[in-house]
Amino acid sequence: MDVVARILSLALKELLALLRDTKSRLILIGPPILQLFVFGYGATFDLNRVPIAVYNEDRSAPARELVARVVGSPNFRLIREIGHDGEIAPLIDNRRVLAVLHLGPHFSQHLLHGEPAPVQLLIDGRNSNTALVLLGYVREIVTTFGTDWRSAHGQAPPPAVLKVHALYNQDLRSQWFIVPGIIGILTLVVTTIVTALSVARERELGTFDQLLVTPLTPAEILLGKALPSVLIGLIEGGFILLATLFWFEVPLRGELGALLLGMLLFIFSAVGIGLMISSLATTQQQGILGAFLFLVPAVILSGFATPIENMPEAVQHLTVINPLRWFLIVARGVLLEGDGYASLANTYWPMALIALISALIAAWMFRHRMA
Amino acid sequence: MSDAHQGTRTDYRDTVDTVGSIAARRMRLLGLIRKETQQIKRDPSSLAIAFVLPVVLLLLFGYGVSLDARNLGIAFVVEQPDADTASLLGAFRRSPLFEPREYRDIQTAERAFSARQVFALVWLRSDFARRLRGHGDAPIGVIVNGVDANQARIGTGYIQGVWRKWLAGWLREQGIDGAPPVVLEPRIWFNAAVRSRDFLVPGLIAILMTLIGALLTSMVVAREWERGTMEALLVTPIRIPELMLGKLAPYFALGMGSMLLCVAVGVGLFGIPLRGSVLVLLATSALFMLVALGMGLLISIIAKNQYVAGQMAIITTFLPAFILSGFIFAIGSMPAPIQWISHIVPARYFVAILQTLFLAGDVWRIILFNSAALLVMMVLLLGRARGSFRKRLD
Repeated sequence: MDVVARILSLALKELLALLRDTKSRLILIGPPILQLFVFGYGATFDLNRVPIAVYNEDRSAPARELVARVVGSPNFRLIREIGHDGEIAPLIDNRRVLAVLHLGPHFSQHLLHGEPAPVQLLIDGRNSNTALVLLGYVREIVTTFGTDWRSAHGQAPPPAVLKVHALYNQDLRSQWFIVPGIIGILTLVVTTIVTALSVARERELGTFDQLLVTPLTPAEILLGKALPSVLIGLIEGGFILLATLFWFEVPLRGELGALLLGMLLFIFSAVGIGLMISSLATTQQQGILGAFLFLVPAVILSGFATPIENMPEAVQHLTVINPLRWFLIVARGVLLEGDGYASLANTYWPMALIALISALIAAWMFRHRMA
Repeated sequence: MSDAHQGTRTDYRDTVDTVGSIAARRMRLLGLIRKETQQIKRDPSSLAIAFVLPVVLLLLFGYGVSLDARNLGIAFVVEQPDADTASLLGAFRRSPLFEPREYRDIQTAERAFSARQVFALVWLRSDFARRLRGHGDAPIGVIVNGVDANQARIGTGYIQGVWRKWLAGWLREQGIDGAPPVVLEPRIWFNAAVRSRDFLVPGLIAILMTLIGALLTSMVVAREWERGTMEALLVTPIRIPELMLGKLAPYFALGMGSMLLCVAVGVGLFGIPLRGSVLVLLATSALFMLVALGMGLLISIIAKNQYVAGQMAIITTFLPAFILSGFIFAIGSMPAPIQWISHIVPARYFVAILQTLFLAGDVWRIILFNSAALLVMMVLLLGRARGSFRKRLD
């Protein structure tokens, strides 16, 4: 009974310290909300109204028809129609346009004679990803144009056709992929930093020694420090989840309980790692830098923006100790793919293990340092 | 700022004539720089963020992170195998982008798909060969996992590429003239191999310099405010511009050092082209470093303590540099209000310069326009920091 009361009073003191002044309170509440919205809308791989230019040397009807299809797509925005070769390079070099569509003077001639009619597409490759995505869009339009042209001219359809269907995210909206990731990132950042700094601050100010001479045991101190962080992480994560569902309208297709259980284990592991960092740091600067040295690779190697499957084998193995990697599977699995407890069990135990091991290391480090 | 205060300082300076001399000024400055450098040396965590973090990030982005899909798992369902289905499967097998696994029925394949073992499912029904050789239009069902919309789009593009190539070869074999009426000839400038590494590593320099200039500096200076040692410095004869210069010079050197490290590793190890001039790179980097330092200084003055300064620096400088600068996500595709916000993110201008300098060369219009924006920001930030220093004193 005593133990519980001791831990709770330390946790309460910790919570009060975190929420004492307006600036600290604001920093806990304001930025995550701001980031959620800025990233939710800003972090997109989709192409919307991308500026392009058209260089059409063939004024015939089929040429104009093809150009109209490209320009009419909501993915593109026609900035300029150009009249000669020399205009292409400056437009692309200066990033005025992302691509130039070029139809030669004999385009329709080729087309009418049944020879393959070439269409040139010059793309700015400085952003390799947008270049590939843009190429994919234009290719689709050109292929459809070709199929339509054939059937309009009484030619046989191609012997085989692809019928592509995207499951879980039919319209391929980046937002549905990114926003569940943001739940994980923001929860991880806030929880780790709050935990990492809670002990480091006391150490820097010298009040940690005072804590040590109280009846509290090191394990109790750790628990007292961990509790407020878990609470803050849960509130933060829960709020962002609500915004994901009701503001960004990401569907919830699986079991909510499975997501919440995953979130709890994820927060435990973030707190464990935060405690581990704080056991190493003697100043706040070291605490925040240590948190950073963990957070940056954790976010990059989580599959948040770039798929884990694209990483080299060795790096893929390394990602198993990254709690964010597991939580992203839970969040996207429950929200988009309709997963439940059973199919996510193989993500729960790694997170639980990370939490347990990091907490044990932190406890050992504390005892070791005090001896 | 109060006139009285300014007055006493001037009087003091007048009475001790050595204080204002150039030699004394230089000595004060050097002393301050030496003190800052000692402080960096004493706490190795500063050096960690300046040199360990860049190396970690470079290795991650150089070797670990890639937007280029490869080894995509495909569940290839063939309900009735024959020569035609084998040739299509062979086309996927030969592509280095795919790792197809063959299935006989759709149910087992769907299980592999929902267990996330494969990225896509290609389904050839039992009547595939009959329709292929009959009146055509034989459907090839493709289901891709759309959760990662970007990868789904790129992966679909690759599947279409294999299909197009296979179809052309098949038609040739059958002696049918079925060439597509229109062929697209893409030419990707500046990065013909479309390697995402060449696109990501130059932008990384802006992220690292933001970290050093804004995060590290804001925390170090905030510590001085927190402990009251800044006030102690301010009552010495040192002037505010001198104080700012002395505080920032070591971090400026750290930032430029990590930039050079990035360039050396990027060009030397990863083979990223540097098509623009080194001189322009140095000059624009120095300019951006000053902007980042200005942000760091201002944050430290506003925040007053390390905890708030660290959080503020991450939220107002690091994360925007990551998401809103064009480093990974294209600014042109963001909604208009977000694009507006991105204009106040200094990293945006530097990332544009870096991507152009490395991949395209000296495109003066881009370099000059973005440098001008950085220059304006530098003047505003450092000017504001100087003003705030005075105010804090009163």
